[in-house]
Amino acid sequence: MRDGIAQAMLRLAPLGLPRDAASSVELVLAEALNNTIEHALPRVTRKTQIEIRGDYKTGVLHLTIIDQGKPMPNGAVPTGPAPKLDVDMPNIPEGGFGWYMIHSLARKIEYMRVGNTNHLNLHFDIKP
Amino acid sequence: MELTSSKEPGLQIVTVQEQRIDASVALAFKDRMRQITEEGTEPVLLDLNHVQFIDSSGLGAIVAAMKNLGPDRRLILAGLTTTVEKVFRLTRMDSVFGVFSTVEEALAEMRA
Repeated sequence: MRDGIAQAMLRLAPLGLPRDAASSVELVLAEALNNTIEHALPRVTRKTQIEIRGDYKTGVLHLTIIDQGKPMPNGAVPTGPAPKLDVDMPNIPEGGFGWYMIHSLARKIEYMRVGNTNHLNLHFDIKP
Repeated sequence: MELTSSKEPGLQIVTVQEQRIDASVALAFKDRMRQITEEGTEPVLLDLNHVQFIDSSGLGAIVAAMKNLGPDRRLILAGLTTTVEKVFRLTRMDSVFGVFSTVEEALAEMRA
């Protein structure tokens, strides 16, 4: 998983993305891949592949994550409500921030089920 | 997951000696934090200056570590690098913890 993110970031390096954009991309990839491994591919012991495709055209980076796991519940990207923090300390959430972070950092997110694969399209605005 | 600990008067400083707190080490981080803080009673300052990347699992592990210290023992943070700071800001978790830019600043504040 770390290797996958590192490889993807290495492939993006020639674009010379500004640091803020690069960190957003890395965070979104980490959260999206965590979700894939945890929810789409739970208890999968056979070898499976997650593909990341990338395409950059002036100012817009488009990444697609393709996996062979279970479809998203309801066939749609989960909404990501902001973590609820106005609560007593024992109730401060320890998770559930992943989709919130993805929604906050990517401009557009699309999900498609193609055959038995999941395609998650992520669009990023790259400001110079 | 390498964490090191040092003592200042009235404060335990725990330094994360790793570049990433992500899903693959979140559990190890929680366990190691519990071990390294179980003896003391002072507030804990978590020094994150070596950490270049944290994801939501890592963030959750820090929240868990704070809860584990109990209501009477604070966890404060220092040395957040750019990406780490961004994650705390986005999730507004920076409002839950005391956050200082450096260990020195946190110490000065605690003594004020």
